[in-house]
Amino acid sequence: MWRCVSRSLRAPYSRTSLSGSRISRLFSTGSTDDYKIVDHTYDAVVVGAGGAGLRAAIGLSEHGFNTACITKLFPTRSHTVAAQGGINAALGNMSEDDWRWHMYDTVKGSDWLGDQDAIQYMCREAPKAVIELENYGLPFSRTEEGKIYQRAFGGQSLDFGKGGQAYRCACAADRTGHALLHTLYGQAMKHNTQFFVEYFALDLLMASDGSCQGVIALNMEDGTLHRFRSAQTILATGGYGRAYFSATSAHTCTGDGNAMVARAGLPLQDLEFVQFHPTGIYGAGCLITEGSRGEGGILRNSEGERFMERYAPTAKDLASRDVVSRSMTMEIREGRGVGPHKDHIYLHLNHLPPEVLKERLPGISETAAIFAGVDVTKEPIPVLPTVHYNMGGIPTNYHGEVVTIKGDDPDAVVPGLMAAGEAACASVHGANRLGANSLLDIVVFGRACANRVAEINKPGEKQRPLEEDAGRKTIEWLNKLRNSRGSLPTSSIRLNMQRIMQNNAAVFRTQETLEEGCQLIDKAWESFEDVQVKDRSLIWNSDLIETIELENLLINAAITMHSAEARKESRGAHAREDFTKREDGEWMKHTLGYWEDEKVRLDYRPVHMDTLDDEIETFPPKARVY
Amino acid sequence: MASGLIGRLVGTKPSRLTTAARLIPARCTASGSEAEPKASSGGGGGSKLKTFQIYRWNPDNPGKPQLQDYQIDLKDCGPMVLDALIKIKNEMDPSLTFRRSCREGICGSCAMNIDGCNGLACLTKIQDGASETTITPLPHMFVIKDLVVDMTNFYNQYKSIEPWLKRKNPPSEPGKEILQSKKDRAKLDGMYECILCACCSTSCPSYWWNPESYLGPAALLHANRWISDSRDEYTKERLEAIDDEFKLYRCHTILNCARACPKGLNPGKQIAHIKQLQR
Ligand SMILES: Cc1cc2nc3c(=O)[nH]c(=O)nc-3n(C[C@H](O)[C@H](O)[C@H](O)COP(=O)(O)OP(=O)(O)OC[C@H]3O[C@@H](n4cnc5c(N)ncnc54)[C@H](O)[C@@H]3O)c2cc1C
Repeated sequence: MWRCVSRSLRAPYSRTSLSGSRISRLFSTGSTDDYKIVDHTYDAVVVGAGGAGLRAAIGLSEHGFNTACITKLFPTRSHTVAAQGGINAALGNMSEDDWRWHMYDTVKGSDWLGDQDAIQYMCREAPKAVIELENYGLPFSRTEEGKIYQRAFGGQSLDFGKGGQAYRCACAADRTGHALLHTLYGQAMKHNTQFFVEYFALDLLMASDGSCQGVIALNMEDGTLHRFRSAQTILATGGYGRAYFSATSAHTCTGDGNAMVARAGLPLQDLEFVQFHPTGIYGAGCLITEGSRGEGGILRNSEGERFMERYAPTAKDLASRDVVSRSMTMEIREGRGVGPHKDHIYLHLNHLPPEVLKERLPGISETAAIFAGVDVTKEPIPVLPTVHYNMGGIPTNYHGEVVTIKGDDPDAVVPGLMAAGEAACASVHGANRLGANSLLDIVVFGRACANRVAEINKPGEKQRPLEEDAGRKTIEWLNKLRNSRGSLPTSSIRLNMQRIMQNNAAVFRTQETLEEGCQLIDKAWESFEDVQVKDRSLIWNSDLIETIELENLLINAAITMHSAEARKESRGAHAREDFTKREDGEWMKHTLGYWEDEKVRLDYRPVHMDTLDDEIETFPPKARVY
Repeated sequence: MASGLIGRLVGTKPSRLTTAARLIPARCTASGSEAEPKASSGGGGGSKLKTFQIYRWNPDNPGKPQLQDYQIDLKDCGPMVLDALIKIKNEMDPSLTFRRSCREGICGSCAMNIDGCNGLACLTKIQDGASETTITPLPHMFVIKDLVVDMTNFYNQYKSIEPWLKRKNPPSEPGKEILQSKKDRAKLDGMYECILCACCSTSCPSYWWNPESYLGPAALLHANRWISDSRDEYTKERLEAIDDEFKLYRCHTILNCARACPKGLNPGKQIAHIKQLQR
C-alpha cells in the first residue's frame, strides 16, 4: 500500500550541483554530530514563497538574476492562500476613483504612523499591480461589463473621506489570496525560478561590516545545511500571529524572518501594533472576511442592536478594523455579548440574497458551516475579535531595503538585505492596516524589491567570499537545540507564551497588564533554556522545527510586549485605557525593538511625513473618526 | 465515505499489498499513560476516550512501518482530526510527524488517509461513534516519515500542464485588464478552487498503476481550468499536449477523485470535458 524506501540524496542535489554549489565539508560541532554543509551562490535569494516572496522572485527572474527562493512550505501552502476579501486598487471599475483617495484612507487608517512616501508609492502603483495580476491569469470576479469586480471594504472612502463608501477591493469571490498565490506560483514556474522547498531558513549570514551575505537554511528532508551566498537577500517570511493563543494565522506564521533580523542585531519596528480582526469564528479562530460586511453583513449584540451605528455613525460596520474590534469588546464588556457566556457577537448574513452568498461569499459560507455549524442563509455566525495581522516588522524604505539607525541617520540602509510583505514594515500600515491593503502591499513591495536589485546590482556580479566560519554559531545553536534535554516540552512553553500575549497584550491595554506582561514574557523566554526536544532525527524533525519556531515567536512576543508597554498613548490598534488619546507631539514615531543579550532594548525613529513628489501633498494629522 | 477503501481493494497490486493488516500495531507508551483502560467512545465519567491508530515509519530506523495506538480524551480536544494529531504531538509524542499549516482547509498541507478515505485532517470531524480511527499516509506515495509523503512527482505533473495564462497577442490595450464576461468567468468555478492537496490523485486506481505516465485528476483538472479560460489563447496547443493514451486516457471514470475532494470539486467531470474537446 505504501511504498517505504529509505532514500538517498535526491533532486535538490543534482539541481544545485548544476548551479555551481558544492558540498564544502562536514562541520563538526564539537559533539558527536556532524552536519553536512552545502554552499550555493546566487545573485539573489528570496526567503519565503508567499505573495511577497513569489512576486519578488518573479521580478528578479525577469530581470535576469539567478535567483533562489527558499521556503519552509510548498509555495501554494503559504498563508497568503488564506486571504479572502481582496486587494485594493483605485481602478475605478465601480465608480470614479483616484489613488490619492486611497492614499488618504490608508494614511488615516494608519492613524498617522504610516510613512507617507511608502503609502503614496503603494497606492499609486496599485492599479498597475492589480492589472498585472489579471494579466498573469488571476481569475477575478467580474462586473457586467467584464471588468474586475470591486467590493466595499472597511475604511475605504471616496474624495478624501467626503464622498461616501468606496468600492475599491478587487476580488476573486472570497478566495482572493488563494487565486493570487496560485497565479503567482504559475508565473514563477513559467520563469523557471529555482525553489528550495521545505528548506527552513535559520539565520542571516552577516559580514563583520554589517552587510548581509545570504542565509543559512536546513533542508528538512535530509538534514543537510545550506549556505546561500547572495548579493541581495530578501526576507518575505510573513507574520507571527501564532504568538497569540487565538489567531486567524496558520500554524506556520511564526515570524522567523523577524527573529533572524533581531538575532543579527538589527531592529524590528512597531511590533506593538497587532491587528485584531473583528470577525474570527468564536472558538475556532478561522476568519470570516470583512468582505462579508462589504457585501452587506451586519454585527448585532444580544439585544439585536446594530451597535456599530453608535460607534461609527457614518461607516458603521465598515469602520476601520481597530474601531470595530474595540466596539465589539465594549459591547461584550457591558454585558451585551451573545451566547451562554455572553462573550461574543453575532455576524448576520441571513438577510442577504442567497445568490449573493453563493456568488461572492461561497468560501466563508462553507467555513461557517464546518467550523461554527452555522447555515449562513438562516443563522448568524458567532464571532470575536481575533489576532490577524502584524503591522510591525522589519523596517524598510519604500524600495524594500532594510533600514536601521546608524549614528544620526535614522534611515541607514543595511547593504544586501531587503524585506517585503507582512514580515516587513515599510511602513504602509502604520498603527492599523486597512483590509485588502496587505495583498496589495505584498505584490507592490515584492516587485519593488526586485526593481531595486536591478538598479543596484547586475546579474552574475562577483561576490565577496563568505567570512570564515560563516554560519558556525547557527550550527552550534541548532545542534544545542536538537539535543535539548530540558524538562519543558516545546508545546507547554508555547502555550504559556500564547496565553500571556492573549491576556496581556489584548485589544485594550493598561500599564498594569503590560508591565505584568513584560515580566511574564521575560520569564517565558528564560524558561526556553529548559526546553525539551525528543526527536533527535535530522530528517523531517518537526519537533526541532517547532522548537526553533518557538524561539522565533518568543523573540517577536517579547519585543511586542515591551514596545507596547513603553508607548504611552492610544494609536490605531494600540489602545490604552490609561492613555486614551493619540499624542502626536511625543509619539508620532516608530518604535525600534532590538534583541540584545537576550533582552529587549527600545529606540525610536521618525515617521516619514513627506510624500515622494508633488503629485500629492502630505496629509497632516487630524482626529480619526469614521 | 468508503471510496478510499473500495479504491484500494480494486486497485492495489497484490504484490504490493502492505495493507494495514500487515502493519505491526504498537501501543503508545510515550505519555506513560499506558495503564489507562481502553474504553471506547462515550465511556462514563468525565472523559470520552478514543483511540487513534497512526501509521509510523522512521527513516532513521527503516524497518517495517507500524500502526501506533494513541488514546486521547475527546472532551479535551478540538473537533477535527487535526486537533487530535496536534494534541498527540503536543502532549504524548512530539516525534509524530505530519504536515499542517492553515487548519481551515485552504492550504492543502494535511492531506492523509483517515479511516480509509483521503481527506484533509483539518476538515475531517473526529467520529466519536467509531471506537478507533486509523490514520495513514496518502496511499501509494513514497513515505518520507510517518504521515509525510513525497509530493515531487505530483508537483511536476502539475507544472507539466503549464498552469499560467498564455497569450499570442498582447492585450489590446496595454495596462488594461483582459475583459471576461461573468459567464466566461463562471466556467472556471469548480476548478480554480483546487488546493493541490493530492487527495484525488492518490485515491485514483489508475494513478496508482501509472503514477508517472498518467497525469492524474488534479493535474488534468488544472489543464481544463486553463483550457476553459476565455483569456487563454493556447487552447489548441494545450489540448494537443495532453492528447495521449497515458497522460489523459488512463482516466476510466472511476470517480474516486470526486468522492475524495475535500473542496467538493469533481475532477472526473473536468476530465470528461477535455475528452469531449479532443474529439
Ligand atoms: C485568514 C486571513 C485572511 C486575510 N485576508 C486578506 C485580504 O482579504 N486582503 C488582504 O490584503 N490581506 C489579507 N490578509 C493578510 C494577508 O493575507 C497576509 O498579510 C499576506 O498574505 C502575507 O503575505 P506574505 O507573502 O508576506 O507572507 P506569507 O504568505 O505568510 O508567506 C510566508 C512565506 O515565508 C516562508 N517562510 C517563513 N518562515 C520561513 C523560514 N524560516 N524558512 C523558509 N521559509 C520561510 C513560508 O514558507 C511562506 O512561503 C489575510 C490574512 C489572513 C490570516
